[in-house]
Amino acid sequence: MHKTIIAALALAALSFSADAETIQERAVACFACHGEHGTSETENTPSLGGQQAPYALIQLFMFREKLRVFEPMNEMAKPMTDDDLRTFSDFIATLPKPTPPTEAGDPARMARGQALAQQNRCNSCHNTDFSGKDNVPRIANQREDYLAKTLAEYKDNSRHGYDATMADVMQTVAKEQIGDLAYYVAHFR
Amino acid sequence: MKKHSFAPRSLLLAGAMLGAFTLSAAAQQPAAAPAAGAAPAAQPLPPGSPLIGRPDNEAAAKLAPVAPPPLPSAPDKLPLAKLKVPAGFNVEVYAAGMANARSLALGDKGTVFVGSRLVDKVYAIVNKDGKRSVKVIASGLYRPNGVAFKDGTLYIAELSKVSKIDKIEDNLDNPPKPTVIYDKLPKDEAHGWKFIAIGPDNKLYVPVGQPGNNVLHDADHGQIRRMNLDGSGAEVYALGVRNSVGFDWNPETKQMYFTDNGRDWLSETVPEDELNRVTKAGEDFGAPFCYQGNIIDQELGWGKNCKDYTAPVGLMGPHTASLGMRFYTGSQFPKGYKNAIFVARHGSWNKSQKQGGDVVVVKLNKDGTAKSMEPFLTGFLEDNKYVGRPVDVMLLKDGSLLVSDDWNGAVYRVSYGKPKVANQ
Repeated sequence: MHKTIIAALALAALSFSADAETIQERAVACFACHGEHGTSETENTPSLGGQQAPYALIQLFMFREKLRVFEPMNEMAKPMTDDDLRTFSDFIATLPKPTPPTEAGDPARMARGQALAQQNRCNSCHNTDFSGKDNVPRIANQREDYLAKTLAEYKDNSRHGYDATMADVMQTVAKEQIGDLAYYVAHFR
Repeated sequence: MKKHSFAPRSLLLAGAMLGAFTLSAAAQQPAAAPAAGAAPAAQPLPPGSPLIGRPDNEAAAKLAPVAPPPLPSAPDKLPLAKLKVPAGFNVEVYAAGMANARSLALGDKGTVFVGSRLVDKVYAIVNKDGKRSVKVIASGLYRPNGVAFKDGTLYIAELSKVSKIDKIEDNLDNPPKPTVIYDKLPKDEAHGWKFIAIGPDNKLYVPVGQPGNNVLHDADHGQIRRMNLDGSGAEVYALGVRNSVGFDWNPETKQMYFTDNGRDWLSETVPEDELNRVTKAGEDFGAPFCYQGNIIDQELGWGKNCKDYTAPVGLMGPHTASLGMRFYTGSQFPKGYKNAIFVARHGSWNKSQKQGGDVVVVKLNKDGTAKSMEPFLTGFLEDNKYVGRPVDVMLLKDGSLLVSDDWNGAVYRVSYGKPKVANQ
């Protein structure tokens, strides 16, 4: 069922791209899963708001080239030209970034997550506020389930990064620590 | 409002995960294991992390490896007008549109093969009826950085295997899939991508980098191996090699020379990348204990002595990422370049003021050590930012020099004398 919907959306995106539509019109297909205002409400699906454009471009490129495998996104990106990829990644960066939660997270989990983030120097590339820079993504207030899933995929090398950095970083992060790390980054204020 | 609608779901999920982790951790680690999710006090960085050894200060915190844009630059957007060569030389675009173009190899019939690291492809620049075009001849590969050519066969090195395609130049339009000849290689991502080349002894040389910035490792890493062209008879040829991404053989002495990247974070000015020469099989070049021939590593070098290792014959600048290198055996360039070494320096990330991002020429003394290093192709570094990054150099049959650029996905050609179009 879920798959059918996504396939239909992918088809819709295909036919959209044939016409000279504005990026806002073309992005409707993205919003269906990723949320209209940059914040996703769909399980395991990332919020795109405020994402670094160079990072978004790399991901769209990797989906198109099937270097990153997720069928609905591979289908979406398939017909895109290089200019399409640039247009979409620039547009994604203009969406409002996800808002931090109004309430502080569970103090024990936040403390453990913060310690892990410091040990592994997440702040070196992702910035001290986790807003990312250039090819390094914004992760602040990203969906917790998506963060945990992604960290686990980097750890078992089922998601190949553009370069090797995250595979290396995750070598000594224990599986059991991923939950706290994701919780902390998702609830960061 | 939105937050309310997903909060319960994510809380539920977090709870479920925490529960699962607690259970599995408890089951696997009966005794003195820390509580699930607890952060051990002083856990070291992972062995492969580029951040190992990073000093705790603001300037250092700004430095991180630089990733190139994924899309190749359109021919009219290449930085050609910014590139500079010595008087009398010309530089032109040889081919463009090859995302992440890396190592180069030349076929007998003039085809130029181009590997990649961050995409899955090997390209061929095909010369036919005076026209050049780019074809993808292999895809779906994992970090296929290395390419080499011998007697009609193309060799491709991925992260952890080497394969070949026979009679490649007769099948450029519909090449068969590569056949694996050797895969007894570690799978580490750090320094796992490979440059390969075939020596005058008709053996294939395959490096295995050290799996991190500055790490102790097992006997399968930190070396250059050689093997027969069918992958048999593999042996270790050189040791103490941190991460070599370029080598070639001196046309006079037949000795192998290779570049090696020095460790990060020791300081802004040392260690310098090395230009090494192998005089006998089994020599040890020092990493990770001794760098640039005279620096004992402050962390791993205790009890070691640089005298026990072969010193480099030349120093290539700190953090400059000296990669592809070839001896100049052509006759097109002026006599002073004969048997000199062209080296592509990819350019530093681990320096506040970037250095490298050029092609230099190293001239040798009679005893085979480096006499001088001069800039040859420059202009890739502008306002402390890259507009291009050279990876490999390679001679064409006419004596001109090709230079690959993985930032723009292009290959340039440097020629000497009256400008004319590449002609092989």
